[in-house]
Amino acid sequence: MAAKTEARLWLVQRVTAIIMTPLILAHLFTMIYAVQNGLTASEILERTQGSTGWAVFYSLFVLCAAAHGAIGLRTVAVEWFHWRGRRPGLLALATFLFLAVLGLRAVIAVVGGG
Amino acid sequence: MTSVESPSSKTDRQITVRIWRGDARGGDYETFLIPDKPNQTILDAVTEIQRNQEPGLTYRFACRVGMCGSCAMTVNGKPRWTCRTLVETVSGSSGVLTLAPLRNLPVIKDLVADMTVFFEKWGRAKGRFDDGGAPDADFVPVDPTSADRREVDAAIECINCGVCYAACDVVSWDEDYLGPAALNRAWSLIRDEKDKGRIERVRAVSEKGGCLSCHTHQRCAQLCPNQLNPTRSIAGLKRAVMSATLKGEL
Amino acid sequence: MAGYKPHRLSHWAALLQRLSGLLLALFLPLHFLALGLALDGAAALDGFLTWTDTPLVKLSEVVLVGLLSLHFLGGIRLLMMELLAWSEMEKTMISIAGGATVFFVAAFLLNVFG
Repeated sequence: MAAKTEARLWLVQRVTAIIMTPLILAHLFTMIYAVQNGLTASEILERTQGSTGWAVFYSLFVLCAAAHGAIGLRTVAVEWFHWRGRRPGLLALATFLFLAVLGLRAVIAVVGGG
Repeated sequence: MTSVESPSSKTDRQITVRIWRGDARGGDYETFLIPDKPNQTILDAVTEIQRNQEPGLTYRFACRVGMCGSCAMTVNGKPRWTCRTLVETVSGSSGVLTLAPLRNLPVIKDLVADMTVFFEKWGRAKGRFDDGGAPDADFVPVDPTSADRREVDAAIECINCGVCYAACDVVSWDEDYLGPAALNRAWSLIRDEKDKGRIERVRAVSEKGGCLSCHTHQRCAQLCPNQLNPTRSIAGLKRAVMSATLKGEL
Repeated sequence: MAGYKPHRLSHWAALLQRLSGLLLALFLPLHFLALGLALDGAAALDGFLTWTDTPLVKLSEVVLVGLLSLHFLGGIRLLMMELLAWSEMEKTMISIAGGATVFFVAAFLLNVFG
């Protein structure tokens, strides 16, 4: 693969990791707090419904996670399953779209309505 | 396969030596017995077997004193220099030595691996000094205490023995991966004040199979007999590739 | 520089990083699908949450928090090794990553079963 593509994919993986750092910290602490005394749908939705802040937060999180995971899976396919040619790239694209679509759908689910 | 009792052996103890015999088409381990002599190196053991028991055994060595790197092979699962490794260090209480050719390289015969692809990758990583086609009109000042020169000094003692290449998991997973030695050399040249080929080299190490494939397992640094640290060099390469990408130089 | 002897820890750290990444990538779609249930209303999500209110599921949630913490903190260690000047502090970084993981897991454990 072209040097530029490899370098860019690598950079995207590192940059999404850096962006996700504060997001993950916030998410972990939110979860630790939220599961106190059990978890109900209304608890979750109370926090997230109609909130622009959480919408932006989770959308960003979803897109970064989708890109990061897609590139990671591509590396595993090449190194552990010896995929070559166009297949690893297609896997990355498919994974990204799959995770992004499901993820943004989940964001809409918890942010919409209310 | 009888053992030969050497008159100078101090004990009746024997070492079991399992040696991989074969070639590119395949092979298997053969077992030999040698007297357990103190301060015996693996190279001594192999030579004893080849001279007194199995003349057809094929192996490599040259200097015998840890300067050339020719004797590298897999010893009890780890790539090592046989001239600088004592039998007792490796065989321990089990008294068993297992020898095989270096991993990740094709076999020529028995304990001899084909280093061709190792050196091909050295070239692909542009591990060769580039004077830019015309020598400098004047000497380039090289300050031994400068950051650049200290990085080069830390990486320059590589004698291409192939131990790191054999130890590297990514080399075994990805046949395109240039490997720790080639990348380490590229780094030492990128930081060399006199070299003119910097950007071509950065491009060469950012291709598929380049420095970005290193996952910092650090087996190379752990096993390098010259105590070099290719992982450190490769981390430097990653930073060089990163800035070149951001500046659009790639 | 001479005499640098890294430990097999870095080898294990790299393996754990990959395995935790793989498992997280596999888990993520399930996570998104579960949250997506809220599209059918809070009751649908509540039904699911009640179903997950078992010790086994809660234990797997603890494992997931562990995997996320491990991957996240291991990732920070990697970013530091790759982006900053080489440091011999590797063992320290791994200990910090391990320690912080334990912290997150413990906090979650206490709250999810508390």
